[in-house]
Amino acid sequence: MTNIPETGRTPRVQIRLVIMQILVLSLLFTLGGRLWYLQIRNGEEYAKEASGNHVQQVVQPAVRGSILDARGVPLADNETRLVVSASRTDLLKMKDDGEAVLTKLAGVLGMKPKDVMDKVRLCNAETPQPCWNGSPYQPIPITDEATPRQALQIRERSEDFPGIPAEPPAVRRYPGPGKANTAQVLGYLSPVTDEEIEKAKDSDSPYLRSDQVGRSGLERQYDKELRGKAGVTRYEVDNLGRVIGQAKPDEAEPGANLVTSIDARVQRVAEYELNEAMKEARKQFDDNTNENYKADSGAVVVMEAKTGRVVAMASNPTYDPNAWVGGISGKDYARLTGKDSNYPLLNRAIQGQAAPGSIFKVVPTAAAVKAGYSFDGRYDCSSSYSIGGQVFKNFESQSYGPISLGRALEVSCDTVFYRLSHQEWLKDGGMKPKKDAKDWFYKTAHEFGLGAETGIDLPNEVSGRIPDRQWKKDYWEANKDAWCKSGKKDGSYAEKIAYENCLEGNKLRAGDSVNYSIGQGDTLVTPIQMATIYAAISNGGTLYDPTVGKAIISPDGKQIQEIEPKSHGKLPISKKTRDEMDEALAGVATRGTAAWRFGGWPQDKIPMHAKTGTAEVYGKQTTSWFATYTKDYAVVMTISQGGTGSGASGPAVRKIYNALYGLDEDGKQDLKKALLPEPQKSLPKIEADGSIDAPKIETYDPPKDEQASEEGQPTTGDQQSPAATTPSPEASNRDTRRRSARRRGTGRRST
Amino acid sequence: MSGTNGFSVSGYGPERSAWARLIARDSLVRRLDWPMLLSSVALSLIGTALVYSATRNRTELNQGDPYYFLFRHVLNTGIGLALMVGTIWLGHRTLRTAVPILYGVSVFLVLLVLTPLGKTINGAHAWIVLGGGFSLQPSEFVKVTIILGMAMLLAARVDAGDKEYPDHRTVFQALCLAAVPIMIVMLMPDLGSVMVMAVIVLGVLLASGASNRWVFGLLGAGAAGAIAVWQLGVLDEYQINRFAAFANPALDPAGVGYNTNQARIAIGSGGLTGTGLFHGSQTTGRFVPEQQTDFVFTVAGEELGFLGAGFIIVLLGIVLWRACRIARETTELYGTIVAGGIIAWFAFQSFENIGMTLGIMPVAGLPLPFVSYGGSSMFAVWVAIGLLQSIRVQRPMSA
Repeated sequence: MTNIPETGRTPRVQIRLVIMQILVLSLLFTLGGRLWYLQIRNGEEYAKEASGNHVQQVVQPAVRGSILDARGVPLADNETRLVVSASRTDLLKMKDDGEAVLTKLAGVLGMKPKDVMDKVRLCNAETPQPCWNGSPYQPIPITDEATPRQALQIRERSEDFPGIPAEPPAVRRYPGPGKANTAQVLGYLSPVTDEEIEKAKDSDSPYLRSDQVGRSGLERQYDKELRGKAGVTRYEVDNLGRVIGQAKPDEAEPGANLVTSIDARVQRVAEYELNEAMKEARKQFDDNTNENYKADSGAVVVMEAKTGRVVAMASNPTYDPNAWVGGISGKDYARLTGKDSNYPLLNRAIQGQAAPGSIFKVVPTAAAVKAGYSFDGRYDCSSSYSIGGQVFKNFESQSYGPISLGRALEVSCDTVFYRLSHQEWLKDGGMKPKKDAKDWFYKTAHEFGLGAETGIDLPNEVSGRIPDRQWKKDYWEANKDAWCKSGKKDGSYAEKIAYENCLEGNKLRAGDSVNYSIGQGDTLVTPIQMATIYAAISNGGTLYDPTVGKAIISPDGKQIQEIEPKSHGKLPISKKTRDEMDEALAGVATRGTAAWRFGGWPQDKIPMHAKTGTAEVYGKQTTSWFATYTKDYAVVMTISQGGTGSGASGPAVRKIYNALYGLDEDGKQDLKKALLPEPQKSLPKIEADGSIDAPKIETYDPPKDEQASEEGQPTTGDQQSPAATTPSPEASNRDTRRRSARRRGTGRRST
Repeated sequence: MSGTNGFSVSGYGPERSAWARLIARDSLVRRLDWPMLLSSVALSLIGTALVYSATRNRTELNQGDPYYFLFRHVLNTGIGLALMVGTIWLGHRTLRTAVPILYGVSVFLVLLVLTPLGKTINGAHAWIVLGGGFSLQPSEFVKVTIILGMAMLLAARVDAGDKEYPDHRTVFQALCLAAVPIMIVMLMPDLGSVMVMAVIVLGVLLASGASNRWVFGLLGAGAAGAIAVWQLGVLDEYQINRFAAFANPALDPAGVGYNTNQARIAIGSGGLTGTGLFHGSQTTGRFVPEQQTDFVFTVAGEELGFLGAGFIIVLLGIVLWRACRIARETTELYGTIVAGGIIAWFAFQSFENIGMTLGIMPVAGLPLPFVSYGGSSMFAVWVAIGLLQSIRVQRPMSA
C-alpha cells in the first residue's frame, strides 16, 4: 500500500498519523510487558498472596418465625434478652485497643474492668478461662442479662461506646398459652452440629455456631420456613487477620410465621382431660393383673373431619419444651431421654403404635362388604367360635343371635368377624394360599391407609402394621433363628409360642386371621391413623393427610402461603355402605358400647358416632381406645394399660366435645361457652410491622362438680359417668361386667 | 485496492443477483474491514464469558438469576452490532449532515444528568436511570458526538479544497464545541470520561493537521489545568485518594488502595494459563470490586492467565491497527479526523482501564471497550466501529 496521497493529503497529517500509530502500539506493548511482569515474573508471589486472602463472615442471625395457633395465639415465639457485646474489630482500631471504652463499660455494667477485658480476649493455649472461643470478627457477648437501664445508657451514648452494641437478640420461648403445652407437636431446637455448619458454609444462609436448628415436631418440619435467612457481612482480611475490606452486607431476613390448625384452648382441654383420664385410670383396679392400671402413656387427637387438620394433639407423658431453650442441661436431658423417663419426647399420637382392638372393626366390616357379604345380612353372633378345637370367645361370651353387620359394630360382636374372616381365609386356600388369593380383609386395611404413614406434616411418623402374608413371611425370615433356638414344645407359654412360630410362623394361620379380624394379634395402628379413618367415614370417604400447619405467613403479613388439605385416597366403600356404617356408629353412641358415656348427649342436634376398643397386649394391661366423630370433628383417644375403651377414655373424650360445642354435663348447649362449634376457617392477621392480633386466652376451667367429686371420693372410679352427681349404678355394673369379660378374653388369647 | 469500478454501491452498475452482489470484489460486504470486525466480536464474546464468571454467584447483583448479566451483555452486543450496521448503512457522510442534531441531543442528555433525573452509581454522578433496570450514561455518547462535531468543523474548509490546514479560527471553534460537554461532564463529576474526552480532542487535533502550536498549547493547558485542579482543591478527596493509592496501594490497604491491590493479586495469581474460566478464587471470593464493569480485565487475568489476557490486548491491537490504516488510507480529511478521534479514544480508554488493573494507571471508572458490562459504552464503541467501517467502505469517493 502506498502512503502517497491521492488527494493531496498533506505530509503533516500523514506524519502525525504514523506517530499516533507508533504511540498506540507502544501503549499496548507497555500493557503486555506489565502483564508479563505481573503474571509470569512475579506470578508465584501473587498466587501466594491470593491464597493468603481470607474472607471472614460475620453472620447476623435471623429472627425465627413464630408458631401460631389457628387464631394467632403464639405457641412458640421469641423473647428478647438484652445482650451487651463488644466488637473486637472496632476496639482494635482504637489507640489503646479499646481499653478505655471497656473500662467505662465495666462501670456501667457494675463489673470489674479486668473481668470485661478477660471476656474479650481470644482464647489460645496459654490463656485461661474466661476468654472468647468464637470468631474474632463476631461481636463478643459480655453479658446477656443487662438491665434495660444499662442497655439504654450504652445505646444513648453510643459515641462514648464505639464498638459496643447493646442489642436485644431473640431467644426462643414456648409461652404455653392457657397452659396448652403442645410440647411434642411443637418439637424443639438444639444447637447446630459441626457437620451442619460445614454443609451450609457456602450456602445463602450459613449457620452461626450459636444457631439452633429444629430437631423435632413442627420446629423441624418447617425449619426452613421458620429460620429465615441469616445476614452475612463479609470482611476481607489479610494474613495478620486485619480487616482490609468489607463487602456490602446481606441483610438478615426474619423467618416466616407458621399458622397451625391447633386451637390452644382445645389443646389445653385435650391435654388436661387426657392427663385426668390417666390419673383416674390409675385409681382403677385391674382384676386380670391384680394391681391398679398403670396408664403409662396416652394420646388424643382432635381432627377436623372435613380437612384432616389437627385441632389438638396431646401426648402423655409430656414435658416443658422450655427446657430446651438456651441449651438443655444434662440433668434435664437425662430426665427426658433416659431409660426411666418413659420417653416424654415421643409424640404418641403419631409415634405410639398399639393393637387397635375393636375400633378396628370398621375395616373388617368394609372388607366383608367388599368380599360380597351383605351389610344387612344375618350373621350369627354366637358366644364363641371354634376352629379345630381352638375356641375363640365373644368379647362378653354373649350371644346376640343372627344380626346384621351394623348391629355387630354396635354391640362389638367379635364372633361375627371371626367367622367372616375365617371363611375368607379358607376361601383363599388356608395354609396353602391360592395364587390369586383375594385377601379382602388385608387389602381393605391397606386401602384404609393402615400399615403406612398418614403423611402428617410432623417428622418421624410410624407406619403401624398390617400382619398380612407378606409381613408374616418377612417377619419369620428375620426372627426364625431366634425362635427355633428358644422354642420348646412343652416349655413355658413364650417358649411354646416360639416353637410354633419356628415351625409355621411364615404362614398366615387360621388363628391369625381370626385375631386380626378384631384388631388383635400383630396388628398395630397409631392414633393419627385411626383419626384419619374415622374422619374419612365422617366426611364421606376422603382420607386426608393430616396437617398441623395451616399457612405460612411472611413476617410482614403480606405473603400468605396456605397449606391446602391433601388427600391420600378414598375409603374403599360405597356411599351406601358408608351411610350404613355411619348409622351403626351412631348406634354405638346411643345404644351400643359407648352409650353409657353419652347419656344426655343432644344426638338430634349434634349426631355423635363412636366406637370403643379394648385391645389386649401380651404381658400388659389392656389398651383403651375410643374413636368418635361428629360432622365436623373426629376425636380419637388411647391410653396404654388404661382399661376399657369407654371406661378409661370415654369421659375425657366427652369432655373434649363438651368444650368444643359448649355443652354442659346434661347436654345443654351454650354457644358462648363453645370453644370451636365449627372449625376455624379464617387465618389470623399479621400486621405489616409483624405484630399479631391474637385473642386473649383463658385457661380451661374444668367443670366444677367434677373436681368436687374427685376430691370427695378419690378412690372410687365411677363418678365420671354422665349423671355426675349421682353415680350410675348401671354404668358401674356394666363396667364390672366388662372387666370380668375381659379376663375371659385373656384366657381366650392364650389358647 | 481503490479501483475505479468501486461505484456500484450507488446503484448505477449493471444488474446482478443479490448473492453475486454480496460476494463481488467490489461489494460492500467484501470491502468491510473484517479483521477489525471479527476482533471486535471476539472481544465482546470473551467479555460475555468474563462478565458471567464475575456475576453468576453474586445474588445481590443478579437478582437470583446467574444468567442475568450474561443475557444482558449478549443483548447489548446485539444492539451494538445493529447500531454498527445502521451506521454503515447511513454512511459517515450522511451522518455528517446530522451532526448538529446529534451533538445537540447528546449535550442535552449530559445536561439532564445534572438535573434530579441524574443518579450516582459507584461514586460517579453520570447516569440517567430509565427504570426497568436500564440506565443511560450520556457521556459515552458525547465521546462520539465530540469527534463528529469537531471533524465537521475542522474538515469543512479543507475537504472543500479551500485550505491545506484548518485555520486558527476553525480550531478555536472546534475546541469550544468540545469544551461545552466536557465542562458539563466535569461538573458531574465524571473525571474518567473527562480524561478520555481530553485525549480525544488531542487525537482529533493531531489528525486534523492543526498547527503544532495548538497541539502543544493544549498539552500545556492540560498540564497546567491538572496542577491547578490539584492545588485549588476542585477535586473531591476520594478522587485524590484514588491517585494516591495508585501510587502506593500499600499505604492504605483497607481504603482505596484495596481495589488496586486486589486487582493486582487477582491478575498476578493467574500465571501463564490462569486458573481456568469460573475457577478463579479471587473472582469467586469477590475480592475485586466492580468486576463485571471497570475491573473485568482482572477476571481474564486470573482465570485465563497471561495467554488469555494477552489475547485480549492483541485483539485490541488488531482493532487499533486496522483503525490506523483506515485513518491513513482515507482520502478526505473528515474521515481521517473521525478515525483519529476514535483511535485516541479506544487506545487511551483501553490503556487506562487495563493499566489501572495492572497498577500502572490511577483508578478511574472507565469501561474496557467491548469487554466490560454496560450498555451505553457498548453502543458507543459499536457506533464508532460502524463509523470506521463506513470510512473504509466509502473511501474511494474523494472530494
